[in-house]
Amino acid sequence: MISAPDVVAFTREEELEDELRSEPPLPEEYSVPLFPFASHGTNPWAKVASSKFTRDFILISEFSEQVGPQPLLTIPDDAKVSGTFDLNYFSLRIMSVDYQASFVGHPPGSAYPKLNFVEDSKVVLGDSKEGAFAYVHHLTLYDLEARGFVRPFCMAYISADEHKIMQQFQELSAEFSKASECLKTGNRKAFANELEKKLKDLDYTRTVLHNETEIQKKANDKGYYTTQAIEKANELASVEKSIIEHQDLLKQIRSYPYRKLKDSDFHPYEPESVLDQGDAGCDQDPTPSEPAETPLCAQTLSYTPKLIKAKSAKCFDKKLKTLEELCDIYFFTQTLDQLHQIERTFRGDVCYLLTDQISRALLKQQSVTNFLFEDVSFLDEKTPEKQYRGCQGLGQDAVDRKCPEESPAPKVVISLGSYKSSVECVPIKMEQEMEDSQEPKMTESGTFEHQENLDYLDADIKGSISSGESIEVLGTEKSASGLTKSESQASLPVSPSPQAGRSKVGSRRTVSEDSIEVLSTCPSESLIPEDFKASYPSAINEEPYADDEEGGLRFAPKRNPDDVDEREDVSKEENLAQVDSACCIGKESPTFPEPLPALGRKPCDEDGVVRIPPQPYRQGEQGPLGGSFGGFPSQDGVAGGLLPYEPDSRYLTGSGEVSKSSLDECSDSTSYVSSAASTCSDRTPSPAHPACPASERHKKKAGQNALRFIRQYPFAHPAIYSLLSGRTLVVLGEEEAIVKKLVTALSIFVPSCGLYAKPVKHWLAAPLHVVDFQKWKLIGLQRTASPAGVNVLHALSRYSRYVSVLDADSKTLRCPLYKGSLVPRLADHRTQIKRGSTYYMHVQSVLTQLCSKAFLFTFCHHLHLPISEREPEECVVNRRMNFLKLQLGLANEDLKIVQYLAELLKLRYLQEPGQRASPLLRFDYVPSFLYKI
Amino acid sequence: KSSVQTIGEEQIQNPYTELLVLKGHQDIVRFLVQIDDCRFASAGDDGIIFLWNAQTGEKLFELHGHTHKITAIAPFSSSDASEEKKKLILTASADRTVIVWDCTSGRQIQKVSCFHSTVKCLTVLQRLDVWLSGGSDLCVWNRKLDLLCKTSHLTDAGISALVELPKNCVAAAVGKELIIFRLIPSNDESEGWNVLEVKRLVDHQDNILSLVSVNGLTFVTGSHVGELIVWDALDWTKQASECNFWDSSVHPDAQPEIKLSQSPNETSVQHLTSDEECVFAAVGKGIYVYNLQMKRVIACQRTAHDSSVLHIEKVPNRQLISCSEDGSVRIWELREKQQLPAEPVPTGFFNMWGFGRANKQANQAAKKMRENTPMHVLELVGDLIGHSSAVQMFLYFGELGLATCSADHLIILWKDGERESRLRSLTLFQKLAQSGDLQLKF
Repeated sequence: MISAPDVVAFTREEELEDELRSEPPLPEEYSVPLFPFASHGTNPWAKVASSKFTRDFILISEFSEQVGPQPLLTIPDDAKVSGTFDLNYFSLRIMSVDYQASFVGHPPGSAYPKLNFVEDSKVVLGDSKEGAFAYVHHLTLYDLEARGFVRPFCMAYISADEHKIMQQFQELSAEFSKASECLKTGNRKAFANELEKKLKDLDYTRTVLHNETEIQKKANDKGYYTTQAIEKANELASVEKSIIEHQDLLKQIRSYPYRKLKDSDFHPYEPESVLDQGDAGCDQDPTPSEPAETPLCAQTLSYTPKLIKAKSAKCFDKKLKTLEELCDIYFFTQTLDQLHQIERTFRGDVCYLLTDQISRALLKQQSVTNFLFEDVSFLDEKTPEKQYRGCQGLGQDAVDRKCPEESPAPKVVISLGSYKSSVECVPIKMEQEMEDSQEPKMTESGTFEHQENLDYLDADIKGSISSGESIEVLGTEKSASGLTKSESQASLPVSPSPQAGRSKVGSRRTVSEDSIEVLSTCPSESLIPEDFKASYPSAINEEPYADDEEGGLRFAPKRNPDDVDEREDVSKEENLAQVDSACCIGKESPTFPEPLPALGRKPCDEDGVVRIPPQPYRQGEQGPLGGSFGGFPSQDGVAGGLLPYEPDSRYLTGSGEVSKSSLDECSDSTSYVSSAASTCSDRTPSPAHPACPASERHKKKAGQNALRFIRQYPFAHPAIYSLLSGRTLVVLGEEEAIVKKLVTALSIFVPSCGLYAKPVKHWLAAPLHVVDFQKWKLIGLQRTASPAGVNVLHALSRYSRYVSVLDADSKTLRCPLYKGSLVPRLADHRTQIKRGSTYYMHVQSVLTQLCSKAFLFTFCHHLHLPISEREPEECVVNRRMNFLKLQLGLANEDLKIVQYLAELLKLRYLQEPGQRASPLLRFDYVPSFLYKI
Repeated sequence: KSSVQTIGEEQIQNPYTELLVLKGHQDIVRFLVQIDDCRFASAGDDGIIFLWNAQTGEKLFELHGHTHKITAIAPFSSSDASEEKKKLILTASADRTVIVWDCTSGRQIQKVSCFHSTVKCLTVLQRLDVWLSGGSDLCVWNRKLDLLCKTSHLTDAGISALVELPKNCVAAAVGKELIIFRLIPSNDESEGWNVLEVKRLVDHQDNILSLVSVNGLTFVTGSHVGELIVWDALDWTKQASECNFWDSSVHPDAQPEIKLSQSPNETSVQHLTSDEECVFAAVGKGIYVYNLQMKRVIACQRTAHDSSVLHIEKVPNRQLISCSEDGSVRIWELREKQQLPAEPVPTGFFNMWGFGRANKQANQAAKKMRENTPMHVLELVGDLIGHSSAVQMFLYFGELGLATCSADHLIILWKDGERESRLRSLTLFQKLAQSGDLQLKF
C-alpha cells in the first residue's frame, strides 16, 4: 500500500469501534464546525444527499412478459438498503433503456425457430430526481416456455454517486460481464436440460401416438381414414415437427460455446470450484460431441417422460419460471456470490476506490520490492488490464481485438469534464427510444399485453415529464454493436424492427428536446449510431459505414471459420478504430486530450488540504522508466527524493494529550478535512477488497492491535527492530488469545521472504528448532508448566542468540539494543492515530519508504562491488557505509534493517522462477538486553 | 552449574553469520566427506548417501543402495591421467556390502558383498592404487574391485581404525592391539599384493579409539582410558606417551571438581588430529594440545563442552574447531598466554535464561606458567548453536564455510554472512547485465 498522507483521509472503517463510542465527546469550545450537510451523516465529498437509499446496491430486474418490468432482488438483500427508493419505478427505468432489440423466435426465412445469442449491453443512466445513478447491464436468458424463448433481465449497480458509476465504469462492466457470463452459462445448461426433457416427452408422445395410429389402422378395415385417424396423423406430424424443432434448438444451444470460442475475446465462465468441473466441462465443451452429452443424458435417464397434449396451455396461464429455476443452481449461487463480491468491492466512497486502484497499480509496478510488506497475492489476481482497461467490455468489440495499438488504452477517459461536454452536444430524446425498442415486442404480443405496455409507457412518459430532466442516459457501450451482432445472426436479414427503430431514433435525436441527456458515450463505434455520426462528417471515414448500411451481412463472415476476407476485415476494423478515436477524442469531447492531473501534480496545496480528488491511474502514461522502478512521481535525485520527505511525522508526534479522546476521526487524517469523512462510515460500509475480503478486516485488526501494542509496551521499538532486521521474535505466553493478539499486531512489521505467506506462526506449543527460525520470523509460543513446557523453555534459551523473546505474561522483552531513528517514526507511542486501519496505512507508508531505500541500496553497483579491479574491499565497505549513513540518512541499527531488506531483495531477485528459494537464516552475534515495563 | 567456558552472544571473531539447514536424512548423520572443492557427501544410520553442493546447499544426489546403516565412507578419486578425473566414493555398510559410487552421475558403479563381517573402516592407498577394508579381517582391493589379498580372521570385534604408514605399511587398531601390516608385491602377478602381519604393539591398556598419522615419521594413537602414545612410523617404537590427562597432579592448575567426576568415558581419547608440531586430542569433554617436540601438553581446555567431544579439527589461523554430544560446535584459538589475565568483558547484563558468562574464566587464566616455555591457552572465540542433538562430525570447507552433521538428522552449512552477501550482489549484477536491465535502469 502506498499511502501518501493525504490518502489517509479516506481511511474507512466498517463500523465505529466500541471503545471510540464510549469515549467522552469533545468539549464544545474545541469542536470543529461540522460540514454543513453533516446532518445527513454524509461526507464532504458526497455530492448529493438527496438519494432515497442509504447505500449502493445491486438490483436485478426482469422485463416480464406477463407483468412488465419488475424488480426481482437486491444485493444486499435488505429492505433497509433501498429505503424509500421505488424499486418498481426504477426497474421500469432501467429496463426501458435496453438497446438490445433482439428478435428471437420464428424468423420468416427459416424453417425452425432460431436462438439468438445476444450480447449483453451496458448502459449508464441517472435519475437526478431520485438521486440515483446506475450502471445497467442487460442480459437475456433462455426459457423454453417464454415467448421467443428469451427472458430479458438486467442487473444494475445503483449508487447515489454519479462519479463512481462513471469512473468505475470499466471495472463495473468487467465485473458484471463476468457475473452475467456465469449466469448465462448456468442458464444454457438449464435450458439444454429442459430441452432434453422436452425431447424425451415428445419422443414418448410420438411413440404413444404412433401406437394408437397403428391400432387404429389395424382396427380400420374399411379402407378409408376416419376423422379420428386423420386427427391422430396430424397430431403425430406436429409432434414430429416439434421434435425436429427442439432438436435443432438443442443443437444451437450446445453449439453456443463453440461458436463463441471463435471470438477470441470470448471468456467462457470458469468456475472457481474444482468440484463442479465435471458439470462445467460438460457445459462448456467447445465441441458438443457425444461424450460431452452423456452426463446430461445420464442425468435425465431417471426422468419419466410425460405425454404432451397437442394444445399446450398458453403462456399467460402458467407461471413463468423464476430466475433461480432458469439457471443451474450452482451457477446461480455463483452469480449471486459474484454480485455480492461486486457490491463489496464498489461500496464506499469513490475516492477510496480510486486511491486503492492507484496504489495497487503502482505497487504492481514495484515488482522488485513489493513482496516485502505487501500482500502480493491480490496483485496477481487483479490485473491492471482488467482494472484500467476494462478489457472485457471493450475486448468484445472486434475493434479492439485486432489492433490494440491503434486504439489507445485509456479510451474511456474518466474525466468529468468530458462527460459534461458531451451533455451539451448529444441530446437525445429518451421516450422515443424506449418506445422504439419496445416496438417489436409489442407488435408481437397480443392486445392484452399491448394494453399493459401502454399503461407502463404512459406512466413512464408522465414521470419524465413531471421530473423534467429526470432520465439521463449517461453512457452506453455496447448498444449498437449488440444490435449489429444480433442482426448479423444472418437469419433475419429482413427483420424490420431494430433497423427501423434505430433510424427512427436517430432522426428524432436530431430534433430532440432537452429532456434527456446522454451524458457519456463509450468509445466503441457502437455508441455513435450512423445518423449521429453524420453530423461530424469530417471526422468520419465513410467507407466502413457504407458497408454497415448493408445491415447484418457485413458481420456474417466473421463467424465463418474459413474466412477469406480476414484481411479485409482487419483493415475495416482499423478504419473503425481510427474513426473511433477520431470521434471520441477529436470531436465528441474536446477536453479529452487534456492531460490528467493524476500523478505528476502535487496533490496537496500548501495548507495541506486535498484539493484534487484522486484520479484513476492510467497504465499507458508510463514512460520508459516504467519498468521496475514503478510509476513514482519522478524525483529529483536520490537524496532529494528521499531524505527531506519525512511523512507526516509532524502530525503524528503532535503534543500528546491535546483532544486525545474525541479527535478520533480527525486524527486519522493528516489533512485537516476529514472530520466528517469517517462519520459516514456506518452509513456506507466501506468496500472490501475484491480479492480477499477477509484481509481488509485483518489489516484493520492488526493495525488496532499494533497501536495498542506500541502504546502499552515501552519497549515496542526494539521488538519491532527485531522483526525488521530479520531476527525472529518469539511471543511467549500462557494464554493463546493474548499471544495471538500480539502476534497479529506485530505481524504487520514482518517482511515477507517470498511469494508465500508472511513468515508468521501464530501459536506453537512444541520446542523450537533451528529450522523454525528459517521458516518463521514471528512465533507465538505456548508457555506451560508441564515437562514439555520446560523443554520449550530450554530450547528457547538454547537458541537465544537467534531470537528476541517477548514475554506476554511478565511483560518483558529480551532482545538486542536499538538506537535508530526509523522505528520511532514507525511506532510512536504518542501518536495521535486512533484507528487501526489508519495506523496500518501509516506503517505501510513508512515501510514503503524503507523499501525504496533498500531498493536503492541493493541496486547500486558500486556499493557492493569494486569500481576497478584494484580497488580494495575496504573502499567498497567505506562507500557502502557512507551511502547508508549520508545518502540514506540511516543511523546505528537502522543500517541493519536496510541491509536485511536488501538481502531479501537480492535473494528474491536471484531466485529462479521455478524453484523455491533456499531458506537461509542470517543472524548476528549481538548481546541481548532485558527490557521490563 | 556448568564449568564450561561460555562466550556469550557477542562473538566478533566468529565469521559464521548465516546458516543453511540441509534436510534429507532420516536418521543420525555420522559421516561427512569432502569430494572436491565444492561438494561433499553425507551418510548415516539411514543408509542413504547424499551429495551436496557446499556453496548453495543444493542436494545433488541421493544415493540409495545400502539397506543398513553406513559404517565407513572414503573418497576415492581415480588417478588415471588419461581420462578425466573421476570422483568416486566408497561406502561400507552394516549390511556387509561396500558400494562404489560415481559422484558425477550419482550412479552406483559396483557393489561388493562378499564380506563376512561389517566393514568398519576403509582406507585408500592412493599411491598403490588400492584400497583396504577393515572388518574382522583386512582385505586389499584394487580399483576394479578385485580382491587382491586378505588376512586371516583377526578378531570378532574387527579393525576399528586404519592408517597408512610409510614403506607400504598400514597400522590397524584391533581392540587394545595395534597391528602393523605390510603390503608386499606378489611374485607371480604383476598387479597383485600380499599382506603380511609385521608387528603387534600391545602398549595400550584399553581399546584404541583413535589413530592418526602426524607426518611421515610419526603416528599417534589414543585409547579409551586416555592413553596417548606417539609412535615412530618407521620402526614402530613408542616415542612418547601421555596417559595422565585427567591427573591433576601432572597439571597442578586443574580444577579439583573434575577429579571427582572421573570415569573412563571422561578420559577416552575420542578423536585425534594434528598439524606438524602438535597433536590435538579430544579427551572426554576436554581438548588437549600435545606438543610433539616438547612431548607434553602445552594447552588444554578440560571441559571444552558439556559432554564428550566427538570430533576436532585444526583450521588455519591457529584455530581449532570441536564438536560435541552437547550439540554445539566451538571455535578455539590457540594463543600464547598473556601475562596479564584478560579482564572479563561485560556482556549479557540482563540474561533471562541464565546463559550469562560463566564465572569460571578466571580458572583458565590462572593457569600457571612453566619456566622458560611459552604457555598457551585455548581461547573460545565462537560457538555455533543450531543442532538439537549430538554433532557427530563436521567438515571445514575454508571460506565456503563449515558443514556439521548431527544426530538430529540435519546437516547445517555455516557460512560467512558478509561473503555470501557480497557473492549475492555479484550474481545480482551479473543477472542484471544478462537480462539487459542495467541499461534501462541505471
